[in-house]
Amino acid sequence: MRLEIKDLRVHYGKIEAIKGISVVVNQGEIVTLIGANGAGKTTTLKTISGLRKVSSGSIFFDGQDISKVPAHERVDLGISQAPEGRGIFPGMSVLENLEMGKFNRKDRKSEMKEDLDRIYTLFPRLKERTAQAGGTLSGGEQQMLAIGRALMARPKVLLLDEPSMGLAPMMIANIFKIITTINTELGTTILLVEQNAQQALQRAHRAYVLETGKVVKEAKASDLLNDPDVRAAYLGTGATGH
Amino acid sequence: MINIRDKGAEIWEGWNRPKRVALVLITIVLAGLLPFAASWGPTSFLNTPITSFQNVLVYPVGMFILMALGLNIVVGKSGLLDLGYVAFFAIGAYSQAILSTKFGWSTWEVLPVGIAIAMFSGMLLGLPALRLRGDYLAIITLGFGEIVRIIALNSKGTGGPNGVAGIPNPPAVFGFKFDLMHPEHYFWLVLGMILLVVWMIRRFTVRRPGRAWEAIRQDEDVAALMGVNTLVYKLWSFVIGAAVGGAAGVLYASKVMVISPDMFKFDVSVLILACVVFGGIGNIWGVILGAGILAYLPDRIRFISDARQVIFGLVLIIMMNLRPDGLLPRKKREKITEKSKK
Repeated sequence: MRLEIKDLRVHYGKIEAIKGISVVVNQGEIVTLIGANGAGKTTTLKTISGLRKVSSGSIFFDGQDISKVPAHERVDLGISQAPEGRGIFPGMSVLENLEMGKFNRKDRKSEMKEDLDRIYTLFPRLKERTAQAGGTLSGGEQQMLAIGRALMARPKVLLLDEPSMGLAPMMIANIFKIITTINTELGTTILLVEQNAQQALQRAHRAYVLETGKVVKEAKASDLLNDPDVRAAYLGTGATGH
Repeated sequence: MINIRDKGAEIWEGWNRPKRVALVLITIVLAGLLPFAASWGPTSFLNTPITSFQNVLVYPVGMFILMALGLNIVVGKSGLLDLGYVAFFAIGAYSQAILSTKFGWSTWEVLPVGIAIAMFSGMLLGLPALRLRGDYLAIITLGFGEIVRIIALNSKGTGGPNGVAGIPNPPAVFGFKFDLMHPEHYFWLVLGMILLVVWMIRRFTVRRPGRAWEAIRQDEDVAALMGVNTLVYKLWSFVIGAAVGGAAGVLYASKVMVISPDMFKFDVSVLILACVVFGGIGNIWGVILGAGILAYLPDRIRFISDARQVIFGLVLIIMMNLRPDGLLPRKKREKITEKSKK
């Protein structure tokens, strides 16, 4: 698995939101895109999953240019996204939401059960709530459901869009722990978009810093944690010590 | 307020198969006996003052239920606002009118062709229009409804403003004659089609298309992320809805024998949509009830005919305040009982 974005440009109408960025995600990595609001993080993810059109540049997935492939076919290729703001189906039960994640997979029933078991092991909370409507879950549970649903398709790369958004600190820590587990135990490659740079940099292997549609820094995540500019801009004060 | 729909579903869940079959059969038989309700003592209050009750049952009641069910697939199931549904009704009606008067086809021969033409025009409209969302889609469908009517009004082939006259009734089937003397036969025909559509919708809903529509209705972008080919599934719901509208149109034309463009105005689209919303958007039984009431009442309370529209509007406003989800709202999913646990 190798995901490579080359000189990507994306427009909203006449406004250029992504101004030529290049990002590489290698097999087994957790790569994070950090940056402020409006930096283009979410747009980048949406373009990878196919919800936004590419203006120029290309997206290579396992060597194949997928920038013209429609969103629903990218899932079959192995790209799954847990969308921003969780984006679960509020009127479907937890189980139905998870089943939607396998919409195109014509696996046998045993494999469906296998996948469900895998998700329930990761998120025991979801198992307790299988019959409950998605919309009535707490924010953290909805995030678990969104991630679990994306994993149902057995993706090669998992795109996570601000999984910590709107969650309580305890739950944020919990979600990030699970992200590491998914990476180490399931071997799923992860591209993580976050505003919570502290947590994201601690969990990721490599990181890109986005500012107004451009990559301004690219480095090992641990290096960025100690980078004075990054500390000043994204990790609160420039003071050291955490 | 108690939710009659959920209460009903609860009772239904508790029943075994023979009990369910019995209920369905009894309901169908009772519905089939409706044409005689006006002449039977206890139910004679149902009789309508001007148009005969049996004719009211066919049009508007039966036809509106049929069309509301068709529109419900589009609006209720996949959540696409269609304000020009009358176009498919008109296309069905004109197919029947032209093919029967000019080429001598019988209604039964026209029916599949009329449905096919309606489906094709649904696809023609849907392919470009379904790339748009929400308000934009509503405006395009509204425009389409008007375009169809205006074409019928201005082209020679459709008889212009005079429409088409002398459309033959359907030929008899199994000894059932379809003419002015036997409106109850028409009603049974429409009832049969309603049952067919209900059965079809229920089939679809539990399978992949139903899941896909549900996902699209709740969040189209996320549905695409799940691998749902949203354009294709939206197109399917549109085309199936069009087919039902077309079938209703074919039947309508051969029942009334004369059609003209002013029967297919925008307000018919609105009225059908009102039936869906009033009864309970997305719920078959609600839609049937809503369409039945909205189609029947204006004929029953004609003695206040001048104020008909005002009262009608008032009822809708009150309804939308008291029960914004309609008479029988779609399933509210706070807790969903697992099938396996039962």
